[in-house]
Amino acid sequence: MNFLEYAPAPESPSILHLRKEYGLFIDGEFVKGHGKPFATISPSSEKHIAQIANANAKDVDVAVAAARRAYDRTWSKLSGADRGKFLFRIARLVQERARELAVAESLDNGKPIKESRDVDVPLVAAWFFYYAGWADKLDYAGLGASPAALGVAAQVIPWNFPLLMLAWKIAPALAAGNTVVLKPAETTPLTALLFAEILQQAELPAGVVNILTGAGDTGAALVNHPDVNKVAFTGSTAVGRAIAKSTAGTGKKLTLELGGKAANIVFDDAPIDQAVEGIVNGIFFNQGHVCCAGSRLLVQENIHEEVVDRLKRRLSTLRLGDPLDKNTDIGAINSREQLDRIRELSDIGEAEGADRWTADCAIPENGFWFAPTIFDNVSTSSRIAREEIFGPVLSVLTFRTPAEAISKANNTPYGLSAGIWSDKGSKILAVADQLKAGVIWANTFNRFDPASPFGGYKESGYGREGGRHGLAAYLQTSIDAGASRTPVAARTTITKKVTK
Amino acid sequence: MSRLAVPKTYKLYIGGKFPRSESGRTYEVATAKGAFLANAAKASRKDARDAVVAARAAVAGWTGATGYNRGQVLYRIAELLEGRHAQFAGEIASSEGISLAAAAREVDAAIDVWVWYAGWADKYVQVAGNGNPVSGPYFNLSTPEPTGVVAIVAPQASSLLGLVSVIAPAVVTGNTVVVVASETAPLSAISLAEVLATSDVPGGVINILTGSPAEIAPWLASHADVNALDLAGAERLDWVDLQISAADTLKRVLTPVTGVPAPSLDRIVAFTETKTVWHTKSLI
Repeated sequence: MNFLEYAPAPESPSILHLRKEYGLFIDGEFVKGHGKPFATISPSSEKHIAQIANANAKDVDVAVAAARRAYDRTWSKLSGADRGKFLFRIARLVQERARELAVAESLDNGKPIKESRDVDVPLVAAWFFYYAGWADKLDYAGLGASPAALGVAAQVIPWNFPLLMLAWKIAPALAAGNTVVLKPAETTPLTALLFAEILQQAELPAGVVNILTGAGDTGAALVNHPDVNKVAFTGSTAVGRAIAKSTAGTGKKLTLELGGKAANIVFDDAPIDQAVEGIVNGIFFNQGHVCCAGSRLLVQENIHEEVVDRLKRRLSTLRLGDPLDKNTDIGAINSREQLDRIRELSDIGEAEGADRWTADCAIPENGFWFAPTIFDNVSTSSRIAREEIFGPVLSVLTFRTPAEAISKANNTPYGLSAGIWSDKGSKILAVADQLKAGVIWANTFNRFDPASPFGGYKESGYGREGGRHGLAAYLQTSIDAGASRTPVAARTTITKKVTK
Repeated sequence: MSRLAVPKTYKLYIGGKFPRSESGRTYEVATAKGAFLANAAKASRKDARDAVVAARAAVAGWTGATGYNRGQVLYRIAELLEGRHAQFAGEIASSEGISLAAAAREVDAAIDVWVWYAGWADKYVQVAGNGNPVSGPYFNLSTPEPTGVVAIVAPQASSLLGLVSVIAPAVVTGNTVVVVASETAPLSAISLAEVLATSDVPGGVINILTGSPAEIAPWLASHADVNALDLAGAERLDWVDLQISAADTLKRVLTPVTGVPAPSLDRIVAFTETKTVWHTKSLI
């Protein structure tokens, strides 16, 4: 046993009391779905976890009606202070059941327990706690006196941070006075269903939050439902674009948090050890299943070799394996489909002439795994420099001057995040000014906080989540009040036109 | 014998210059009663694309200017507009068929809109931005920035006030614009271009096209180098199709408004992007 080896230290799943089957959470109760149920599996073992209900269009109708009723009769009549108290309760319940939620998340998603335990779940509690305090202070949100809620919010979230994305969506929506119908991702419904139990414990009025499990067609039925006032989506740019089209002319307020291909820029005056840690955190955090991942490393030419060598050495020490083991750095890829996409794009990277290096680590027999991989000498035109891989794959490019770094960093249709590494503050601020990205991390990466707005430029979407800005997505501004919409009959034709 | 007047040739305004439409097309602009006023240029797809190129080229300089500087430029527009008050009032009265007094009030309002927005240039960042108290040793600041190139369909009525009410909120932050003027009353838009050309507004920051919005707007809505689309005056167009087309590159879109949009900070913020910068604080 050398110093890098550890005895296994797995977190026990016995803390979980899972049901064999989960229904849809509508109007405060778990009910049967009318679509064909599906199984959720653990991506690290491919083992069955539970049977999950599948919501069809009829279930969507029932859930939206429940949310509308709850909005009209209950939630819009409550004081901001009382809405806030419910959110505070939820924050506390999440803290109380934190370990359970972390284990469930790692089991269902495949992410290492140290991330679900130390990042995802604490941020979930923080998000509810932060927005709880806003509920009775909306007059101070900078949107005028007594800004009005929108009504029923349809929210569709991805599989990479299942419970955290739920918190990002539900907390500000409820604080602002909206009711919610939320659809978690098909491969990661588990923690949303545990969260539904938390809502029951919190005695949140029935119908204020409804959770519908299902696949893409459930999501499409939800965002295109005529009685929805707000649509919030986090996921791929392709789906985001389809939603922007299908909601056009409907007057639904839309916020989109989509893909990214972030540049992580390392200047030769950067603290190299910290930069290497930051690069690793930037792309290998959560197996690279992060929309704001630093997937393009732009390193100044004169330190290129040194940085890449150190990076390889560091990656060789990362432990890949059981997500529930506290020593694990790299967990499982979330699904076979995603693994296939990562493999395909990596093969394309190799075929397009980049130098591939993969950390030498044992891959477990079952489950979906991809060892940390670096592509060096990647050209700007290569697909692995342009397309979102959403996996533990880093593309390395070089630059000589700050101007070249900026131009390469901005050379993408995306604009979600970026990183800058330098010991010179004035250089960092000047470069940050020029980058077209919504979140810029200087000498750090992948930091999140409920007080800090998050969201993209260009094709990474629009609207912000987090902070005071995150409230604007769920409240009426003077522009929403004067927005044009087409009559309902015309909307149906539009929906048909763009969804066919 | 009275003096024979020298009528003006109305052209487009692209990149700080006054070209005719590359298509060679014009259309007749008449008074409300149908009398001939002028031939306006009828902009083509190529003109629209040229205008986008000019607008994109002007982004870096205009965005890079200080808020104080942009504010002064916008205020300068108000000064020069004031100086040509009578000309604009006359032009509006004849093309919109309203009284000279009503036209004069519209010019007054248009001037005041410039002054109102001018004052925002060095303040909107303070009001729409935020310092964020994150849980950790980080300096964290959110600031709004201009989104880039904004394509605008100007309100069809109140030709000058409508135009000014959509251009000013977009350019005050550092965006550049391509705007399609009122189809039936385009003359004051081109006269405004003469004011812009002499108000220290850098060429390309505001580009004005005259012609058919129904013909030009689809090319702007689908243009991949346009960041945002203001459909303020598109109420009578197939604007939902324009919004759908804009979604291909996820443009920020404002839907049509009835009449003239009131001055508001929301219109300014609508075409900005919030950038949040995290910077580590060292442990001492």
